Amino acid sequence: MANNTEKRNRHGSRRKMYIRMVAGSLIRRASRLIIAVLAIAIGATILSGLVTIYYDIPEQLGREFRSYGANLIVLPRGESKITRETLQKLRGLIGDEKIVGMAPYRYQTVKINEQPYIIAGTDLTEAEKNSPFWYVEGSWGNSADVSQVMTGHEIAQTLGLKLGDTFMVQGVKYGHHAEASRQDLSAEENQKRDSARQNFHRNFTVKGIVSTGGAEEGFIFADIDMLDELIGDTFRADVIECSIVADAEELSALSERIENEIPELMPRAVRRLTQSQDIVLGKLQALVLLVTVVVLIITMISVYTTMTAMIAERRREIALKKALGAENRLVMGELLGEGVMLGFIGGALGVFLGFEFALRVSLNVFGRGINFQPVLIPATIAIFIIITVTASIIPVRRVMDIHPAIVLKGE
Amino acid sequence: MPKTILQLQNVSKIYGNLKALADINLSVNAGDWLSIMGPSGSGKTTMINIIGCMDTPSTGSVILDGTDISKENAANLTRIRRDKIGLIFQQFHLISYLTAVENVMVAQYYHSMPDEEEALEALAKVGLADRANHLPAQLSGGEQQRVCIARALINSPQILLGDEPTGNLDEENEGIVVDIFRRLHEEGVTIIVVTHDPEVGDVAQRKIILEHGRIVDDIDQSATFGEALRLKGKGRV
Repeated sequence: MANNTEKRNRHGSRRKMYIRMVAGSLIRRASRLIIAVLAIAIGATILSGLVTIYYDIPEQLGREFRSYGANLIVLPRGESKITRETLQKLRGLIGDEKIVGMAPYRYQTVKINEQPYIIAGTDLTEAEKNSPFWYVEGSWGNSADVSQVMTGHEIAQTLGLKLGDTFMVQGVKYGHHAEASRQDLSAEENQKRDSARQNFHRNFTVKGIVSTGGAEEGFIFADIDMLDELIGDTFRADVIECSIVADAEELSALSERIENEIPELMPRAVRRLTQSQDIVLGKLQALVLLVTVVVLIITMISVYTTMTAMIAERRREIALKKALGAENRLVMGELLGEGVMLGFIGGALGVFLGFEFALRVSLNVFGRGINFQPVLIPATIAIFIIITVTASIIPVRRVMDIHPAIVLKGE
Repeated sequence: MPKTILQLQNVSKIYGNLKALADINLSVNAGDWLSIMGPSGSGKTTMINIIGCMDTPSTGSVILDGTDISKENAANLTRIRRDKIGLIFQQFHLISYLTAVENVMVAQYYHSMPDEEEALEALAKVGLADRANHLPAQLSGGEQQRVCIARALINSPQILLGDEPTGNLDEENEGIVVDIFRRLHEEGVTIIVVTHDPEVGDVAQRKIILEHGRIVDDIDQSATFGEALRLKGKGRV
């Protein structure tokens, strides 16, 4: 019992002295070790910064790719249309945090100057999130003033519409059929006849003119609730365009879930976009990985060089310790202990500087903040302790070649 | 009858064509104070390295405290040096980033178990109680050498081995160090000092003169020992 206590005290006392020696060397020789700490800290900064970016790239790039339009189109299965309840169900299934934009569309044929056109009723705020690449002359419409709509560039040209112009839209209410005007009646009489048959008409003001180079230029974009009211029907969407933060794999899994859980819906991923996203993502991640490996190698070389110089500089001290009776393993243990501390300090500094670096890169490149990965604290510190110790092994082994008699005599 | 602590029997050390030590025979009793003198290249350092277990002879045997160390490997020599030898150097060789007391504790650490109280006592013995927490750079040359002596003595070695211990000191500090040696000698510590300084050589009980790797003179100074010490040391510490 007494022997065990004595042994423990002995170990405790030796451990304290070991820490005192290592700490003394680090603190009182700080100016000499600053280069080593800097080398490690720079390596750790780049590593933790790149890893932070590496983990955030899918998220960041996913959002960036969402600027190119919806990546998931959801259609009703069969002849039915999509109800508001189904839309809410879909939103709940995808999750708000993944949704950049979710715009339902209802297409309704209307007449303007007795010519047929299509009015697309949608949630204009969500449509704007889905389609930031649309060029809109004027501005986007919104649900606050439903009499203001956006027209496609093609329609505006055909009808000679400019921003602020007013035009009348006519049509038959939901569930009724259109009939041609009678030639033998006056325009006023025909209008009365139309009203009696549940026709509708309404004036709209042009708030924006949409140019996309695509089919959108042939539509009028209005608020979907207003359109439902105008045609006398409840919410029934023909399609839902979704912009979701997800790669091809996630999108495919999500489509499967939608099909299983909401069988009345038919999801279709926009492959062109998701595949491009995955290719770019893969290349960027490979690049980040390559840079990380290069940084690790450079850090290792740098630590190796610094440790070699440090051992050469401390030959006398090492020789003295050996002259005092230190075995090689003890002296090597002390030097490696310093390596561990250097790795720890450099790694810890690097974690926080790395996050700052990643944040700046993210803000400058993607215009968004970045998530801090707490796991990077122990991981970076551990990696840099391993790197420092590994890079120190060869220089530290040179301790064995130091002969106290020769070195202490200064020969 | 005093115990023989060290015995060199027909010890030679050859480096290539150079015979640094040639057929040395020397016997040192426990508690002796011995000085080894001689011109540069006479083999003093080689001899002290062999006695201090930092080198091995090419031929002959070295019996230290009853053990022949001449054929031991490096690891065993390290262990023997740690247990039986206390080293004092001309250039002090203190660890720059450790305080005086920590420098003393380093020797304890490699030997057995660090004990700060004991290390402070050792420093007090050489008159440095109030300088214990100073770094070597904050100490004078004489103070650094006294820390070096405290470090050499902390593990109660069989032999205190000094390689030009006063070589870098002014006269006053030289006197202080000699006075410490005197006290240690009185306590029964065996002291072997290599020196160029005749005054330091003269204060020893016995003086060995080396030339071309051979002992050319072995002078018993017992008769003048006390007087030389009185003149040199003057009881400074």
